[in-house]
Order: sequence, then structure tokens, then C-alpha cells
Amino acid sequence: MNKIIEFQDVSKSFGSLQVLENLNMHVNSGEKLALIGPSGSGKTTILRILMTLEKIDGGVVKVDGDYLWHQKIGDKLEPASEKHLHKMRKNICMVFQQFNLFPHLTVLNNIVQPQILIKGVDKVDASNKAEELLALVGLEGKESHYPHQLSGGQQQRVAIARALAMDPKIMLFDEVTSALDPELVEEVLSVLRQLAENTNTTMLTVTHEMNFARDFADRVLFFEHGRIIESGPPDIMFTNPKESRTRDFLKNFIGGI
Amino acid sequence: MNEVLTYSPILIEGTITSITLTIASAILALLVSFIVGLARFSRLRSVRWSAVVYLEFFRGTSAIVQMFFMYYVLPLLGVNFSPIMAGILACGLNVGAYGSEIVRGAVQSVGRPQHEAAISLNYTSYQRFLYVLIPQAIPMMVPTFGNLLIELLKLTAVASLITISDLTFMAQIIRAQTALTLEPFLVILIIYFCISSVLIAITNYIGRKVSKGRDTIQAGGD
Ligand SMILES: Nc1ncnc2c1ncn2[C@@H]1O[C@H](COP(=O)(O)OP(=O)(O)O)[C@@H](O)[C@H]1O
Ligand SMILES: [Mg+2]
Repeated sequence: MNKIIEFQDVSKSFGSLQVLENLNMHVNSGEKLALIGPSGSGKTTILRILMTLEKIDGGVVKVDGDYLWHQKIGDKLEPASEKHLHKMRKNICMVFQQFNLFPHLTVLNNIVQPQILIKGVDKVDASNKAEELLALVGLEGKESHYPHQLSGGQQQRVAIARALAMDPKIMLFDEVTSALDPELVEEVLSVLRQLAENTNTTMLTVTHEMNFARDFADRVLFFEHGRIIESGPPDIMFTNPKESRTRDFLKNFIGGI
Repeated sequence: MNEVLTYSPILIEGTITSITLTIASAILALLVSFIVGLARFSRLRSVRWSAVVYLEFFRGTSAIVQMFFMYYVLPLLGVNFSPIMAGILACGLNVGAYGSEIVRGAVQSVGRPQHEAAISLNYTSYQRFLYVLIPQAIPMMVPTFGNLLIELLKLTAVASLITISDLTFMAQIIRAQTALTLEPFLVILIIYFCISSVLIAITNYIGRKVSKGRDTIQAGGD
């Protein structure tokens, strides 16, 4: 199986707070990965490092065989230039907890503009693709709305459609339902379940929705203090975890599983 | 009062001059505001630094002295401006310095999440500013720019000191020729007030236009 993401001895600190310490992990191409663990354990940081929003202090990250935060110049590894990061970002897109749609653009233009600017798609093709994706996430007819005219769940589905329009090889989802009212969570999760089933895009999701993680993921990683405590297929992780810390953590969700 | 009104041709001429001076300086000031304001976000330290020097120089020295400098000193160095040109330059460059702070503040207030969404979609830094940050910042700039425009109108009154025949200059002519003091200045106060009322109405209109369809702007961090 080809490793599309590799973390090798990655360290990351915020000031004096070390969030990741010599983290080693990998993700296989096409794999659906769920990252779970207590708040503050570094899950978001891992996604933000992959999205090039957070630099690393030590180690290397490889994406699709190429260094993410470094570039090879001769025999030496140098910090990545903005140009290198731009090249690497072509493969990766992130969906955020707070949606982060562009409030000054209509739903349609939120999805059309990045296609035109970044992928060089012409306007007609970009609109057609946007319409298709909006249908996929169940939002036909909302094209000319502005984000603030939609519910949180609808906004998040637009954000998912916008990310899909970029055709990334890797999609990152950071607690994409945490900012939603409980009754809107399911409409977003069902879109993600459907994606997980029907695409071979590599997907990493940070979530506290354990039922969802079980359906979505091929593999679950349990984090604590920036370290992987345990990882495995959801069947084993949620029914029969080896580590007591995993069990303790999952107890809090027992009602939900 | 009737006597003052016989001078209405020169009052009209003065009004036109004041309005021209205001509009031309406003255009220059707007350009300078964006160039200097956006330069503060440059990756190049030298560009950021130049913008700060510009800002502090024009904000820290008197507009009147800047105008005198343009009109009386630059010719000594071989650069000649007509009075109106010197007035436009001095007013525009001065007000542009204040305007650059409006641009910088508004762009900054758009907030990290929008910036990060654009990075996640692989926008270049230039595209992030042009398509994401600036369009969201503009509605926030309009009201403050409106206030600055009124300040600019008031500043143009100083231009009479470098022989520009604006409203204030005309009032002084009428005063000299009629020996009336209250009336000419009362008349020009009213005219200035009318001009500023129109300017306020225009900025309000623009303000409504640019924020159409997006009454809630996501601002600030998360
Ligand atoms: N920009 C930042 N500055 C300082 N501390 C941060 C920053 N981002 C995250 N942290 C800290 O790093 C730790 C890990 O954060 P995060 O990766 O967001 O955890 P999780 O997503 O698992 O809840 C937390 O203690 C958090 O407070
Ligand atoms: Mg988090």
C-alpha cells in the first residue's frame, strides 16, 4: 500500500508547550482515517501542519513522496519556499470547524472562484461542476444565496462542496460538526459517509462523533498529549481496545456508541 | 447681505475650485491609502518600512507646512507646480497617510479564518488579498473614509494660503472689497456645510451599495 502521508519524528511546540514530540505516523493512499482523543491532544495541529497552516519544529512530513515543509536543494533539506508550499497544497484541502466560507460571495461563487483562480477552469465548466457538487451535498437551488442566509449545516455542506471542487488527493476535516446545532449534525455527517464510501480520496477527520467515526473510518487513531496511544480498525478500537486509556476515553461516549 | 450676493459669480467660481480640489485630492488620497496601507502587509521589510516612514512623516508634520513646501520650496529645487497642483498634492498625500491606516486596519480585521480558508484552497498571497481580504475589508472602510473626506474638504480651505482661489480665498476678497466680515464668511460656512452634506450622502449611498447582500461579515478570529 502506498503511503500518501508520512510523519517522521515530527515535533511541534507553541512557545514552551510541546504539542507533538517525535510523532511518527502514516496514512495510506485512499485511506479514511479518524483522529480521536481528548481536547488539546494535538489533533487539530496535525491537520494544520498538513494544510501548511502550522510549521513544524523538527522531523519531516512527506506528502505523496515529496517533503511538505522542506525542499531538497542538492543534498540538503532546506525549509520550503512559498512556491514549494503552493505546489504541495495542490493535493490538499481542509474543511474547518467554522466553515470559513467567503461571506462576500454567493454560494455558487464560493465554489466557482477557486476553480477559476487556482485550477484555471473556465467559468462555464466551473459553474457546471459547482452545480453538480451542490446537488451532491443536497443544496440544489441555493446557488444565489449568500452564506449568512444558510443554516450552519448548509454552510458546512457548501464548504465541503468547495473543497471537493479542488479535486484534492487528501481532504482534512477538523471537527466539522462541532459548531453546529445538534439537529444539523446528521445532514453533514451523512454527506461525509457518502463521500467516504464513493471516493478514493484520502480523508482525515478529527471528530467527537464516535458513531460516525466507526462508519467513516478504515482506521482510528487515538491521541493523548500528542502521542498515538493506539490505532486500529474501528471494529476493534470501539469494541475491544487494548489500552486502558483508550477505554477510559471511550467510556465518555458510551451512550453514543 | 445683498451686497455679498452681487459677488455670487466669484462665490460660484470658488465653490467649483473647492470642489475640484476636494475631488482631485480625494482620488489621490484614495490611491495613496491603498498603496501605502497594503504595503504594510508586504513580505519585504523594506517595503513595509517605507510605508511606515511615509505614514509617520505625513501624519507627524503640519499639512499647511507641507503645502507651503510644495508651493514655495520645491520651485527652488527646480520642481514647479501650479498652485492648484501643489494643493492637490499636499492634501492628497497628507490625507492618504491617514487613509492608509484605514485600509490596513480594515484588511487586518477580516481575520485569520478567512485567510486560512484561502490558503487551504491554495490561493497565492496576492489572490488572498485581491479576492478574499480586500473585498471584505472595503465595506468596513467606507464609513471611515467618509469622515476622512469631510476632513479633506475642511483641509482644502487652507489652500487659499498658497493663492488658490477657493471659497475661503473668495470670502477674503469680498471682505476686502466690501469691508463686510460676518456676511461673506457666513455665506461660505453655509456653502461648505452644503458640500459636506452632499459628500456624506454620497458615502452613505456607497456604503449601502458595497455591503448589499452581506449584512453579516465574518470578522475576527475564532
Ligand atoms: N496557535 C496556538 N498558539 C498556542 N497554543 C496553541 C495554538 N494552537 C494550539 N495550541 C495548543 O496546542 C495544544 C493542542 O491543540 P490542538 O491541536 O488544537 O488540540 P485538539 O485539536 O486535539 O483539541 C492545545 O493545548 C492548544 O491550546
Ligand atoms: Mg481541535
